[in-house]
Amino acid sequence: MAIEVRIPTILRTYTNGEKAVSANGDTLAALIDDLEANHPGIRGRLVDGDGDDADLRRFVNVYINDEDVRFIGGLEAGLSDGDQVVVLPAVAGGC
Amino acid sequence: MLRIDRATRDAIVAHAKRDHPDEACGVVAGPVGSDRPERLVEMVNAAGSPTFYEFDSLDLLALYREMDDRDEEPVVVYHSHTATEAYPSRTDIGLASEPGAHYVLVSTREHGNNEGPVEFRSYRIVDGEVTEEEVDVVEQLPAPTVPESGE
Repeated sequence: MAIEVRIPTILRTYTNGEKAVSANGDTLAALIDDLEANHPGIRGRLVDGDGDDADLRRFVNVYINDEDVRFIGGLEAGLSDGDQVVVLPAVAGGC
Repeated sequence: MLRIDRATRDAIVAHAKRDHPDEACGVVAGPVGSDRPERLVEMVNAAGSPTFYEFDSLDLLALYREMDDRDEEPVVVYHSHTATEAYPSRTDIGLASEPGAHYVLVSTREHGNNEGPVEFRSYRIVDGEVTEEEVDVVEQLPAPTVPESGE
């Protein structure tokens, strides 16, 4: 099973500059663990905490087939072969 | 240095004045690698706040898809401060995630929605390091040095 994951500019240091990498997993959590195995350090940029306490970082957006995963189960969101995952850091700030 | 044309600069200022007292935000996209801010895209501040801004997550995805399709990148990322100076806040610095972009800050603290000059300043924000840069406002951007391909 292969899922294309689009990597934003700021995280391409973990992927040798690749804009997209392929990864496996039947949930987003499993996919991120697989990404981490091949691109060490990337998980910590996407997720806070471990195990049951793990959650997507507040200012990271992840989309599965154009849906924001926060609305479809977060890290437990299901994935199947051919899905496309996009990672985009939030554009945000404040005084 | 940020080189920007007057019409785009004025449009950013107008957006900031219009949305005051909430923070306004958006990008100016340009061809990848060109450093030319050509296409202003005003974004909705999903936070709707005088002290915070955030692009709506689905608007953000649509914007990046559109830029991808057009071989563009965010050359400028701008937002306004409505009660403080046009300098990146600690939050702005912590969340800055486009190391190649010019971060433009506009402050509407003096004149709010009304006519009057505003601070318009530009910064690089890389790995938590802020460097202010000169802003060169030109009537028109010079012609691209490399002809655009794809025709």
